Amino acid sequence: MVKINAKAASVSFRGVTKIYGRDVVAVDDIDLEVAAGTLVTLLGPSGCGKTTTLRMIAGLEMPSQGQIFIGDKDVSTLPATDRDVSMVFQSYALFPHMTVMENVSYGLKFSGFDKSETKDRAVAGLGLVGLTGYGDRLPSELSGGQQQRVAVARALVLEPQVLLFDEPLSNLDAKLRRQVREEIREIQQNLGLTVVYVTHDQEEALAVSDEIVVMRNAGIAQKGTPRELYEAPASAFVADFIGEANLIPCEILSVSEGMAEIGIGSFRHQLVSRGLAPGKARVAVRPSRVRIGAAGQGMPAKIAKATYVGSRMEYTVEAEFGQLFAVLDDVASPLEPGAEVMISFAESGPVLVPE
Amino acid sequence: MIGWAGFLLLPWYGVEDFYTFKWLLDGWPMDSDYAPAIMLIAQGQKLWLAPMLLALAAPLLVMRRRKTDAIYGKVLIVAGGFGFAWLVAQGLGIGLRGYAYGWMIALFGDLGDRQFGMGYGGLLVASSFLFVFTQGIAARGAVNGDVFVTAAIGGVVAVVTIFVFFPITKMLGAAFISDDGGYSIMEFFGKFVDRRIWGLGCFSGTNCGAAWNSLFLAILVGLLTTTLGLIFALVLTRSGFKYKQSLRALTVLPIITPPFVIGLALILLFGLSGTVTQWVAGVFDVQPTRWLYGMPGILIAQTLAFTPIAFLVMIGVVEGVSPSMEEAAQTLRANRWQTFRTVSLPLMRPGLANAFLLGFIESMADFGNPLVLGGNFDVLSTEIFFAIVGAQYDQSRAAILAMVLLGFTLGAFYLQRFWLGKKSYTTVTGKGDSGVHPPMPKRIALPVYAIAGTWGLFTIMVYCYIIYGSFVQLWGVDDTLTFKHYMTAFAVTWGDGGMRWTGSAWDSFFTTIMIATIAAPFTAVMGLITAYLLTRQNFAGKRSFEFGTMLSFAIPGTVIGVAYILAFNVPPIEITGTGIILVVSFVFRNMPVGVRAGIASMSQLDKSLDESSLTLGANSWQTFRLIILPLLRPAILAALVYSFVRAMTAISAVIFLVSARYDMATSYIIGRVENNDYGLAIAYSTALIFVMLFAVGMLQLAVGRTKIGRRSSNSGGH
Repeated sequence: MVKINAKAASVSFRGVTKIYGRDVVAVDDIDLEVAAGTLVTLLGPSGCGKTTTLRMIAGLEMPSQGQIFIGDKDVSTLPATDRDVSMVFQSYALFPHMTVMENVSYGLKFSGFDKSETKDRAVAGLGLVGLTGYGDRLPSELSGGQQQRVAVARALVLEPQVLLFDEPLSNLDAKLRRQVREEIREIQQNLGLTVVYVTHDQEEALAVSDEIVVMRNAGIAQKGTPRELYEAPASAFVADFIGEANLIPCEILSVSEGMAEIGIGSFRHQLVSRGLAPGKARVAVRPSRVRIGAAGQGMPAKIAKATYVGSRMEYTVEAEFGQLFAVLDDVASPLEPGAEVMISFAESGPVLVPE
Repeated sequence: MIGWAGFLLLPWYGVEDFYTFKWLLDGWPMDSDYAPAIMLIAQGQKLWLAPMLLALAAPLLVMRRRKTDAIYGKVLIVAGGFGFAWLVAQGLGIGLRGYAYGWMIALFGDLGDRQFGMGYGGLLVASSFLFVFTQGIAARGAVNGDVFVTAAIGGVVAVVTIFVFFPITKMLGAAFISDDGGYSIMEFFGKFVDRRIWGLGCFSGTNCGAAWNSLFLAILVGLLTTTLGLIFALVLTRSGFKYKQSLRALTVLPIITPPFVIGLALILLFGLSGTVTQWVAGVFDVQPTRWLYGMPGILIAQTLAFTPIAFLVMIGVVEGVSPSMEEAAQTLRANRWQTFRTVSLPLMRPGLANAFLLGFIESMADFGNPLVLGGNFDVLSTEIFFAIVGAQYDQSRAAILAMVLLGFTLGAFYLQRFWLGKKSYTTVTGKGDSGVHPPMPKRIALPVYAIAGTWGLFTIMVYCYIIYGSFVQLWGVDDTLTFKHYMTAFAVTWGDGGMRWTGSAWDSFFTTIMIATIAAPFTAVMGLITAYLLTRQNFAGKRSFEFGTMLSFAIPGTVIGVAYILAFNVPPIEITGTGIILVVSFVFRNMPVGVRAGIASMSQLDKSLDESSLTLGANSWQTFRLIILPLLRPAILAALVYSFVRAMTAISAVIFLVSARYDMATSYIIGRVENNDYGLAIAYSTALIFVMLFAVGMLQLAVGRTKIGRRSSNSGGH
């Protein structure tokens, strides 16, 4: 039995810029390192340049400036055909006139394998994604999830140095999405593949990644592990994009020994200062980190909306600085709209971000 | 790397083996008329070919170098570019009588030698230079360093330049040549402002110039065909009409009908001894007139002939208007008529413009109907013909007329672009678009039915008369039924050597089939490759590339015909009077259709299919062959049959290019018509119609089967 191995290599971008036409800057002077054997996600709103970045790794687009390395090799001007990279497309791009087996063997034909080895590898690849025995079917005879797995198998069997995923789950329904993303992560870890993964779904990114690169306006907004991004966003944009966050304008009153004293109106709160100097700033608070009490410490506010969503209650709270979105687990005794409450923040969770 | 080496070796051997003018005939390889270039140089003749050796040798030197090496690309570009340029320069510079231009004689002295047209050797060397050049460009990183794509672009650009731009330029040049052979602008203006072209006599009772006649006629035909096409399309898509399939059959008619057949049928009906004329004369006691000959006849014939084309365009557009747009309008409280007027009709605007343009150009270029029905009504296309073949034999007059014609069509082309502007009319988003087209508002439904019905009946009648007419002894005089015409044309006798094709039409018939068969695959290949480049690749100058390839569509066949005989009866490409010129003219006349068909079906294919093939390690040629071609099979078949059939019915360009040895069916029929031998002409046309009907039927069968094949395999597996 042939085994599918990985020849994982690192990817690095050095000052890469991509300009379409004369002046549409899709990617602006990006430096990026993807270590061999890791899964890195490019995350961002549509139009942020993440797909262009992925296509430049694939060789489907050439950088206008800068260099791209795969392993130690400069591949900046190498066309897709000659790069040792394979890609799983959003639409899967299975060839409709070929059977599953022919699809999976397609790339092997151009890689110098003889007939029997091509077949063995294709069979092994199908086995890896759990589709043994489906080889004679046409793509149109498979369900969406199965087609997706064929696309993964087709890319895997080539043992690429880098495997690319372009929003691979966006055509699947919500339940299947969770299952397939776990499978992808499992295969990646078992084989030690280098994977670059594009998505605009932050939950998906948090779930599968070793590292997340948040992109915005053709540049990189922040990169780090999922936990770093979620818990210590570098900017208001990242805080809001990775998990919802309430962004409340505040004033840093004083900083001492790494802790900042902030003021929102008359309310005072202690936070890690994260290198910020006294002055205007914003505090990012996850909805689940907002505390709502009937009385006691905090800011006076009023419940504007209350929504029951089954597992928890969602509240929109009107305070003097504006609206706040909060989530409470207590569904047994919900607060009524119009109720006067006091709000405060949890001990950990809220972070300061620059104005 | 091996393929690369072979690629480089091929032109080398090409030089040693193939640079002959009619090789393998007597005297080869020593006789200077037949010798390969290398022998010519060795014998000290035709020394101007020698520099090409250098250009051929240079690529061999860098063969071993890596692709990414900067020198590699540079050498290939220089060698390929120099070789090709030199080849072109010597070809144009040294003609039948030595140097072609006076200043060259002054510079180099009298050559005392001459050369003929290029043969296959020249062709091979030229194409190898071209590909060396494109390889070089690819190596320099153009189009992602894709060798296949650069080669394809280079190839298409080269052939379009040679076979579209070169002849047109040559023709424009000819317009300035005066009778004694010199160039004269005065002469040009003298002929250009000729009263017979621009005269406005028709306002004062006499005849207008051919240019005004053509323009007026073309605009009328364009408007009429567009309206009728829209009406039929509406009936088909937005009414409860039951026999929709039979309406669809209407779209096949223009493809299979030789262009002048309608004119012939009209003569049978309305001519001096036509059925209707005689009947009306009998009933109302009116003197039969020749009213049909002239503007009215041509107008009716062309409208009949080109309405189905407009229908073909409109049907796609009318169906393409997304039902959800119309449904949205209705939910916004527009009634049916308002919806139609404010949403449907504006969205059909590109279709209307296209249909009008097609009708306009077809009418301008139409040659058969004016010839048959024209009478004293001169139009440009026939004037051009008579200027070339008539007693006046005046090339520059033909060229001037062709220029005027070309000016009109290009003008219409630009006007259309201008009118459509940059607005987007795409309504098909690719997302599932359920919903149904609302039926037509009552206000327009009634007249639409009435017109469509009348016109449909008229069309059927015309075609019935064509068939009936082919069996009649002598129309209007002797109405006995006979097979005489078929016997004359298609007789087969059994003689000493077995079966003998004694019918007078067989020669042209077989030639036509042969030429059409050869031209079809070339057309399909050119069309598809061009479509692939236009839809799938990005490269500098893509827009002008597109314009160039579509240009031959806007150029009327008559103009192409004139341009070709002017350009290709002298070296370096000397193919007038051969079958090749017919094939070439068909390929470039019909290529735009192949391009359009290819673009239409290729844009249905998700681009990620190609991209995934590329990331899986296939190069762009393998992707084209293994992914795109198989998925385009129906489009390929359609392009093949279409170009085959078009080649059989073409007349406007062909009439200039036929020779005694290569006579085409259509020009043969025109010849019969000119001799007033209508019976034979109609019989032959009928035969052609059935042959083409057969071809189209086979196509439908084949395409239908591929579709069914896919569906059944979808449900049941192989």
